[in-house]
Amino acid sequence: MADKEKQVKIKKDESRPAVFAERTRDRKTFVPAVDIYETADNIVILADLPGADEKSVNITLEKDLLTLEASLEPESHEGYNLAYSEFDTGDYYRAFNLSEEIDRDKIEAKMKNGVLRLILPKAEPAKARKIEVRAE
Amino acid sequence: MLWTTWDPWREIQRLQDEINRVFSGVAPTGRAYYAQGAPGVNIWASENDAIVTTEIPGVDPKDIEISVTGDTLTIKGTRKAEEPEKNVLWHRRERVHGNFVRTIHLPFSTDSNKVQANYNAGVLKVILPRAEVDKPRKISVRTGD
Repeated sequence: MADKEKQVKIKKDESRPAVFAERTRDRKTFVPAVDIYETADNIVILADLPGADEKSVNITLEKDLLTLEASLEPESHEGYNLAYSEFDTGDYYRAFNLSEEIDRDKIEAKMKNGVLRLILPKAEPAKARKIEVRAE
Repeated sequence: MLWTTWDPWREIQRLQDEINRVFSGVAPTGRAYYAQGAPGVNIWASENDAIVTTEIPGVDPKDIEISVTGDTLTIKGTRKAEEPEKNVLWHRRERVHGNFVRTIHLPFSTDSNKVQANYNAGVLKVILPRAEVDKPRKISVRTGD
């Protein structure tokens, strides 16, 4: 029953437009809720993508633009009618501009229980950027 | 909620809940949540059973508690907050966390021994078979004298 943590493939430097173009499929697109925090070495992004697994999630990083996408089949159960509804299902899309230099080869992405965990390690030169201020 | 007889007060209550959910929930998701983080439910019905689905990503299945009595289904659980090591700088905290509970009235009694629950990719699915005694009986009409 419990989901195991699974690896998600990341596409790097694929050319894609920076603006959100309209989709051809007539389906709702949701903006997933995210937690983002920064540690000394990494930027960590957690995104709620209920219904998505490691196969349906698409992550691309082009220069500073990080895009999270997932396309899901709308919820349906054969032989059943929707009697009452409080939520809708559809695709997910969200993009971020990363301000830090990221070490592209060491990015980690994992899915567990519908939550994506993306660990973006800061690149070496970005890390050692502390400038000491001395009193004169 | 589902009910068998139409009650205007309940209809108003439902509308109120709906409005509260829209305004108090985490708006950026497009999928609104109740203020206390109670997740929304969908109910799918067929002649013999009902499927209740709810989106609760990031919950450990051990932390989900489901109980059924007659025509009432209760789903309880905890969404734990992300607690990273000490010195982190938060950029955003949008994900809902904390305890949640939802009680749903079904249009029929269920056979609580046959209820099945499945948690996959953050979506909980509860299958509730209709109790034998509650199933509609076909009554044939005879012509007679």
